[in-house]
Amino acid sequence: MTDTDEVEIPEVNHVSGSGLPVRGNDIDTDQIIPARFMKVVTFDGLGEFAFFDQRFTEDDDLKDHPFNEDRFQDSSVMVVNSNFGCGSSREHAPQALLRWGIDAIIGESFAEIFAGNCLALGIPTVTADSETIQTLQEWVDANPDGELEIDVEAEQVRYGDTTIDVTVDDAQRKALVEGVWDTTALMKSNAGAVQETAAELPYVSDATANGSGSESSSSAD
Amino acid sequence: MSKGTLYDKVWDHHTVTTLPTGQEQLFIGLHLIHEVTSPQAFGMLEERDLEVAYPELTHATVDHIIPTADQSRPYEEDAAEEMMSELEENVREAGIEFSDPDSGDQGIVHVVGPEQGLTQPGKTIVCGDSHTSTHGAFGALAFGIGTSQIRDVLATGTVAMEKQKVRKIQIDGELGDGVEAKDVILEIISRLGTEGGVGYVYEYAGEAIENLGMEGRMSICNMSIEGGARAGYINPDETTYEWLQETDYFQENPEKFDELKPYWESIRSDDDAEYDDVVHIDADELEPVVTWGTTPGQGIGISDPIPAPEDLPEDKQDTARRAQEHMRVEPGETMDGYEIDVAFLGSCTNARLPDLRRAARIVEGRQVDDDVRAMVVPGSQRVQEAAEEEGLKDIFEAAGFDWRNAGCSMCLGMNEDQLEGDEACASSSNRNFVGRQGSKDGRTVLMNPRMVAAAAIEGNVTDVRELPEAEVTA
Ligand code: SF4
Repeated sequence: MTDTDEVEIPEVNHVSGSGLPVRGNDIDTDQIIPARFMKVVTFDGLGEFAFFDQRFTEDDDLKDHPFNEDRFQDSSVMVVNSNFGCGSSREHAPQALLRWGIDAIIGESFAEIFAGNCLALGIPTVTADSETIQTLQEWVDANPDGELEIDVEAEQVRYGDTTIDVTVDDAQRKALVEGVWDTTALMKSNAGAVQETAAELPYVSDATANGSGSESSSSAD
Repeated sequence: MSKGTLYDKVWDHHTVTTLPTGQEQLFIGLHLIHEVTSPQAFGMLEERDLEVAYPELTHATVDHIIPTADQSRPYEEDAAEEMMSELEENVREAGIEFSDPDSGDQGIVHVVGPEQGLTQPGKTIVCGDSHTSTHGAFGALAFGIGTSQIRDVLATGTVAMEKQKVRKIQIDGELGDGVEAKDVILEIISRLGTEGGVGYVYEYAGEAIENLGMEGRMSICNMSIEGGARAGYINPDETTYEWLQETDYFQENPEKFDELKPYWESIRSDDDAEYDDVVHIDADELEPVVTWGTTPGQGIGISDPIPAPEDLPEDKQDTARRAQEHMRVEPGETMDGYEIDVAFLGSCTNARLPDLRRAARIVEGRQVDDDVRAMVVPGSQRVQEAAEEEGLKDIFEAAGFDWRNAGCSMCLGMNEDQLEGDEACASSSNRNFVGRQGSKDGRTVLMNPRMVAAAAIEGNVTDVRELPEAEVTA
């Protein structure tokens, strides 16, 4: 963390990994992460609680769920159905999935706020029609180690010998491909300009930013 | 597009640049933090190996989970203790000033900021709490933010935002006896709706606003968010400046006052400012307002009949029906006489010294109804101390009120202060959502603090104007 004026936001152009199917429409954020796991002070440990009530009975016995299956433990691309992530806007939901190991989600459709929250974490949410998704889910089931490759810019997904067309929302595609999805990194890279704005404010007299090279006002532009 | 308003000016002063996403990057002059919404953001910072960019523009306190009876550590509830310890560690590591209980300065974040002089005109102020709009009372641009934005502010001192429209709410005339700032804002929300302000910032203006003290102005700005407006503000004037002069910051830095005053004057909305919308309200027509339902927009004058759902706009009928079922009220009746079990005098809307003073004048020499459990939760330790010194605590206790320590308390029931079962509560807070006060069957009636005092005495919602103030004995 030396030169904050040059923060790299990764461009999320290609995401690849093996897939796992999570079937069902209208899977809400309460299912993704039950509310009782929200009284926490960090998102860190949330991964293990992803889909908790879908994966465990009240007596902590395992239920049937792809997140419980050995063959999907290394998977990073979820294949879901329609209106995934509806319900409460809690940021804890994509955080839990990310921490479990999910890097991208392919589905029929996503709830808007959920997709926005995913974007803030650099997780693409790409869509295709229901038939295509069903075929893909079957392929993933049969090929748990098979590689899926998402090309965000070209709006394509490749698996086996097949290439399918998918849709990535325009704004999302731009943000991911151009590497401007991470507001923290994006704004951090303007640290020099931030200092200049602060210096103009009569009430900010002695504020000096940490690690922003504040002694030199000749910040990179 | 608005032009020449305080909002436009403060926004311009703080704009760093336009981001590739189309949003603007806005410098934040004061970041207030508390124990509930900040820890995840600190966690994210750590994950990325980032430091807090402007610790000296950041200030912390503890309010949501703090017990208001026994505050000895460790707190009885594990989750509360964990959140408090986490906050302590985070602020220590980052070098952030912390108004903790030992400092004597602890309190609800929106009471603490103003009383220490941290809240000033022309600042941008954020906090991971929707009632940050409170600070707009001083002519600051203040709004609540979410977890990733808290992370952004910690890491960069800025937020990414889109500019909003400005609606001027002009309140002319004078408030009648027994009618307070709280009634003005409840009336505004009931007229414009809980979503009426979405996409807007509210500027409150007019004679009735100018005549209010700072505490009343804070009560109004506080509830802007209940009307859907993320921020609300009032242009700074002599009342604002006098108040500021008494705060720690300007007591310690008197030269700053003269230095900053020209800036404060310069950011006032111009006389010929342009607004996206203007709404007029006549203060003379208002009476004490109480809510009959489960949103802050479901309010009526104390002598008005509860509306029949079918008389409301179609999109409001369903919620109204469900609200009336929950509250067990009938259309056509008034709220006068609605039986209550609990009286809660507290919250960042109405737990400042003048609020407690006015309420004390009502309870003085009277007794809380036998069937009512009544409590006062001062907004901060300083309010508490001042109130104790001038004898308000004794007045409340003599009347049968429980006098507690500062915190959010029953405003949201995150500590042990909660409604039980289907208890009905006369509350000086800002939200009457189902479950808000800790019980999913609980019933909340929002009103001004003197009305809460009156309800506690009578055991039911009552028009405080019919309950004369006691002779001041002291
Ligand atoms: S008093 Fe209530 S509204 Fe105010 S900050 Fe606390 S919980 Fe939020």
